[in-house]
Amino acid sequence: MSDPESTIQTLNLPITTQSVEETMRLGKALADALVPGTVVALTGDLGTGKTHLVKGIAAGLGIDPAAVRSPTFVILQTYEAGRLPLYHFDAYRVGSEDEFVELGYEAYFFGDGISVVEWPGRVASLLPDDALRLRLSHVSPSERRIERGD
Amino acid sequence: MLLGIESSCDDTAAAVLEGETVRSSVVSSQADLHEAYGGVVPELASRNHQRLIVPVVQKALSEAGAEPDDLDAVAVTVGPGLPGSLLVGLSFGKAFARSLDVPLVGVNHLEGHLYSVDIEAPRPPRPYLCLIVSGGHTELVLVEEDFQHTVLGRTRDDAAGEAFDKVAQLFGLGYPGGPEIDERAQRGDPSFHDFPRSRLDGFDFSFSGLKTSVLYHLRDFSDAEREQLFADHRDDLCASFQAAVVDVLVDAVRRAADETGAAHVAVVGGVAANRELRTRVETAGSEDGFAVHVPDFRYCMDNAAMIATAGRLRLDAGFTAPPTVDIDSGLGLSGEG
Repeated sequence: MSDPESTIQTLNLPITTQSVEETMRLGKALADALVPGTVVALTGDLGTGKTHLVKGIAAGLGIDPAAVRSPTFVILQTYEAGRLPLYHFDAYRVGSEDEFVELGYEAYFFGDGISVVEWPGRVASLLPDDALRLRLSHVSPSERRIERGD
Repeated sequence: MLLGIESSCDDTAAAVLEGETVRSSVVSSQADLHEAYGGVVPELASRNHQRLIVPVVQKALSEAGAEPDDLDAVAVTVGPGLPGSLLVGLSFGKAFARSLDVPLVGVNHLEGHLYSVDIEAPRPPRPYLCLIVSGGHTELVLVEEDFQHTVLGRTRDDAAGEAFDKVAQLFGLGYPGGPEIDERAQRGDPSFHDFPRSRLDGFDFSFSGLKTSVLYHLRDFSDAEREQLFADHRDDLCASFQAAVVDVLVDAVRRAADETGAAHVAVVGGVAANRELRTRVETAGSEDGFAVHVPDFRYCMDNAAMIATAGRLRLDAGFTAPPTVDIDSGLGLSGEG
């Protein structure tokens, strides 16, 4: 497998995607850069395409993107059917970092799969230093900007 | 008697069933259990399930006038849900069943919702069409016979209840604000704004486009204009948004009832408490000729009476769980496409 950082460099972030499909394609390309134990922190308001980016990552890992649903209510959705397991967290309803610890997040963050965390600010100090931090924002009703950062 | 235990998400719940009759149903968020373990009940996390499971089970037994020795089986949710939370319920259920030397039954939380219409009469005959709508799930299922299901459709992104809660926030109503949208929509004009109804192939649902559409509608205004819009028309916005969600759900139910010939339709899960949805499904039923079943409000929300009821059905069908049974956090309904 290639060096993750150099693969991410080839994505030429920041990028403005023109459609949901393009956001998914970016996620799919991103998946190639992900090695076991990678934590991806996704920051962005409601409706900026976080779920679609994760659907793309899932597709890149060989998981049916249609199976990827929002984890907001359940906090964590796990998908085991791909090349690597995908652990999709949404920290939105997590009231404190203690609660996240109680959920047993370490087993996922430091496990053999890819962890994606939405609303990572709620659990900021638990994110590993080498987490891949991406920020999504609205440009227009169909366009989204995706860049490194939190 | 059968004890049901549910701990898949926020609430710890226990219920006692005698035959098919619910003798007690205790849900931690509704019960006054503070004194039982000394503190305020926080919302989330498996540690709270650990604190609550014993007092909740004790309360369910005492309200039912039952002693542990009266139990002839224990049914417990094995998935889907949060791993740590599920583990608390299953570990307790396993140990309790073992200590009483009675069978343990593992129950799928979604089957609990499917059979929540069996908790009270009139119970729907099979086959029936079931719409599960809650904060975490939106699935349209044909129940052919007990434990023979076909999943006709499901959400591809947000659950319907989640769309309500997130849009409530955009309307400045706080989180979770689904019930307040229902309340305000009663007074609002559903034709105030035409939000999109997304209709996918088959019976799948998508609500993220609707959420984004609400967001963009509101972003077109300056802060001052938006405040004025909320002041003048918040109830109308709630009614317009709710109409879009309900249209999509009812449209799918009608098409599915037509296609499958189902004479009975059930609407279950937390969003089944929404008055507009109930009214519209009932109207569709009287127009199209199907009977509508909606559980009592307390059985729409996550509860253990539905786990006990599904557990009783499973036990009667001869399914018990081996001592090695494990949680399955990603468990789906069998018969998924």
